[in-house]
Amino acid sequence: MSAIPLKVNGRVHTVNLDPATPLLYVLGDELQLRGPKFGCGLGQCGSCTVLLDGRAIRSCITPLSAVGTSEIVTLEGLGTPEKPHPIQQAFIDEQAAQCGFCLSGVILTAKAFLDRNPKAGSEEIQQALAHVLCRCFTHVRMVRAIERYAQTVRV
Amino acid sequence: MSPSLSRRNFLKTSGALIVSFSAATLLDPLALAQGPFGTHMSHIDPGQLDSWIAVGADGLVTAYTGKCDFGQGMATVQTQLIAEELRVPLDRVRLIQCDTSVTPDEGTTSGSQSTPVNFNTSGLAQAAATAREALLGLASRRLRVPVSRLTIAAGVINAPAGKRISYAQLIGGKHFNLKLNPAARRRPPSEWTVLGQPVPSMDISSLATGRFEFVHNVRVPGMLHGRVVRPPAIGSTVISVDEASVRDLPGVVKVVVLKNFVGVVAEKQWQAEQAARQLKVNWTPPVALPPQQTFYDYMRKQPSRDMLVVDSQDVEQKLAGASTVLRATYAYPYQMHGSIGASCALADVQGDKATVWSPTQSVYPTRSGVATLLGLSPENVRVIFTRGAACYGLNGADTVSYDAALLSQAVHRPVRVQLTRKDEMAWGENYGQACVIDQRAALDAKGNVIAWECESWAASFGGRPGYDHPGNVITGLLAGFEPQTVVPQRASQPTGELRNGHNLVPSYLTGCISGKCGGAGSVASERVLAHTVISPFFTGPLRSPLRLQNTFAHECFMDEISARVKADPVAYRLQHLRDERMIGVVKAAARAAGWEPRPSPNPHSSSSGIATGRGMACVAYEGDNGYVALVAEAEVDRATGGVRVKRFVAAADCGPVSNPAGLRNQIEGGALQGMSRALGEEVTWNEHQITSTSWATYHSLPLGIEVPAVETVLLNRPDAEATGAGELSITAVAAALGNAIFDATGARLREAPFTPARVKAALAARNSV
Repeated sequence: MSAIPLKVNGRVHTVNLDPATPLLYVLGDELQLRGPKFGCGLGQCGSCTVLLDGRAIRSCITPLSAVGTSEIVTLEGLGTPEKPHPIQQAFIDEQAAQCGFCLSGVILTAKAFLDRNPKAGSEEIQQALAHVLCRCFTHVRMVRAIERYAQTVRV
Repeated sequence: MSPSLSRRNFLKTSGALIVSFSAATLLDPLALAQGPFGTHMSHIDPGQLDSWIAVGADGLVTAYTGKCDFGQGMATVQTQLIAEELRVPLDRVRLIQCDTSVTPDEGTTSGSQSTPVNFNTSGLAQAAATAREALLGLASRRLRVPVSRLTIAAGVINAPAGKRISYAQLIGGKHFNLKLNPAARRRPPSEWTVLGQPVPSMDISSLATGRFEFVHNVRVPGMLHGRVVRPPAIGSTVISVDEASVRDLPGVVKVVVLKNFVGVVAEKQWQAEQAARQLKVNWTPPVALPPQQTFYDYMRKQPSRDMLVVDSQDVEQKLAGASTVLRATYAYPYQMHGSIGASCALADVQGDKATVWSPTQSVYPTRSGVATLLGLSPENVRVIFTRGAACYGLNGADTVSYDAALLSQAVHRPVRVQLTRKDEMAWGENYGQACVIDQRAALDAKGNVIAWECESWAASFGGRPGYDHPGNVITGLLAGFEPQTVVPQRASQPTGELRNGHNLVPSYLTGCISGKCGGAGSVASERVLAHTVISPFFTGPLRSPLRLQNTFAHECFMDEISARVKADPVAYRLQHLRDERMIGVVKAAARAAGWEPRPSPNPHSSSSGIATGRGMACVAYEGDNGYVALVAEAEVDRATGGVRVKRFVAAADCGPVSNPAGLRNQIEGGALQGMSRALGEEVTWNEHQITSTSWATYHSLPLGIEVPAVETVLLNRPDAEATGAGELSITAVAAALGNAIFDATGARLREAPFTPARVKAALAARNSV
């Protein structure tokens, strides 16, 4: 156990935990955040995705000790229902969800990729999503929503 | 205020609201009544209007439903239903879903039954229509104006000369004290303003911004974390558990052992996870499993429970005298629900009372199951549906609810259980059934089908626990309850109505029993025999259970026949169909797809490199619960055996369309989920255990694929009954894709999934002919 500072969605928290604790459990159990979810615990599906200094990482296989001073942003840190982030708005406009459990992986992976590669074409976007799962297979709408957001970052 | 405190407050508030509206009847233990949905007695009488609808003093309409939303859009469309029937704005409706303390028992939300039950003239729709007529009657008396001269807008009833009275003034905060009126008239679709509209999903904003509360997010004060320790292999039982093996770990509260159920409870989730990994359990050796390579043959040799669905008793004779007889065997593997989230539940067992936050599709049956497991009375168990990752049938939702209940009872504190991915895939869920299906058809000299015989074997074990069989899922079995299994039985001649709920009968048969014909087709010489054998693994109703497997076999075989007689597969289907709604969807899909009438295989397809083809499949889901035809266009890479789907065109007829946007979402998702299942998904095992235990070994198509276009044609039929819709497109995908691969290459895939290896083998077999 040790007191560890953690910067999440613009606020600094101090948690007193085993540094080996997966970041996902810290976010869900200690900070009561709902965005990142336990999908597989193996880094295979993407449901637990958060942004770490703007990069999409899988919080279920990231120990607390690996976070350091990096800034974490979860799905709820991007925007609010009243004022969603443009990529969240694109998902709302395209009705791009069924159960919605996978959305942290889908939205944050796409956002992190497009923010770094604003000129990426659809094949590159596809590659970026090669390890993100949606088991409701809402793919058609999700790809449309991501493409809609891509157009805004390309400008 | 912390979220956990607010949850308690929410429940308290929500409870208080209910008490003020309707609890006097809802919670009256003397009001036990039999539900109309094959359910058990419940304290909430489904015959009473107050069990379904309450109007608050503020005019807010609260509706209580036993059909809940897993992501299929059932919350949005039921809200539309209430808004439509009661003529109130959508934002003046509050829907309470599946909570055994306050909602009527509507059994399980499954089987494409939510729309038939709640959107025709029973259940929620009947309640809403009863409420509207009752309110009009009350207003008529209060305003002294005949009902015929009253109109309703936004929860206010208006009479000529400016007289008006609101719902809140009429009944706000009071009971209706009325029975559901079977004669209450639904508002006709021609007058709908809210139903029938593409109302956007009501939860999308909270989902996209991470605010939505899944069961995984529920936290209550004093909550502990549990993990289960499942047997390492099938058939292993507990010899001993070394509790000392986790004594050195911090935070461990208890090791729980109940017969073969083993779990650990700890203060923190990470501690529970480590303890579950470290706990030493001595298990008995496993049983030997039948080899996967020969499993379909193995199934044929098992004792079976047999059912003759139709038998015109002249099939052998017709086959013997036919100019051409075709035969083929199709095989479909065990597949997983494979929910994106490993299942999770939270239970709080205190003394003789229990509360379970559960992602189950079946709150009342789960209440009974939990009560049985814990030795409590069902009345003292409250199961609150809280959405998990979408389930598509019987994933780990029920079993993890049992896990949480057992662990909470052992420690007298609330326990949240999160299954691991392996728990879910190796044990937690009840797989979709493996099937092997033999087809035989006799053709006359003109190439018409004159006789069709279908004989199938499906493996079954356990299933939905229902009210009485907690052993039908793994936790119940481990805790000592027997699963339902297959009792061998010979088939008798069919009597009564045609029972085609599993789509055992191909659409082209007349389906006649004692002169009464329930089939969709014209082939009168028919025999359909189904064998059910014992499965070595738990099985359950994975989206389109058996309907998908059987449709794969029927629709591919129909395609084989049409190819043999060099007929266009669409025209040939139409030639053998009688049902107007089937004919309607087939024609609509072909038209929308720009179907070129010609026989398969595709004469324009390349004989090397990438081959292109199209395939059609159609089905009357469960015989009469929705109609779909699907065209698939695909490319086959002859070198790699890879299949790339370019386009799906689906035409669906499910009666009056309640929400076209939600319906399209279901059809699109079903098409692509079906594609993933047809191309890559297969449960695998070795001598003793399941080997597909993660996404590395169970192959789901990721988001990063070239996503095919999915076009949907909705045939709206306002005058028909509302049917199910969520399982339509998926039922036809494997067949449509198999037919497209044949059209592209002339190679017939008769075993799913169509992996590159199987495609290459089929191409090689074709080339060697």
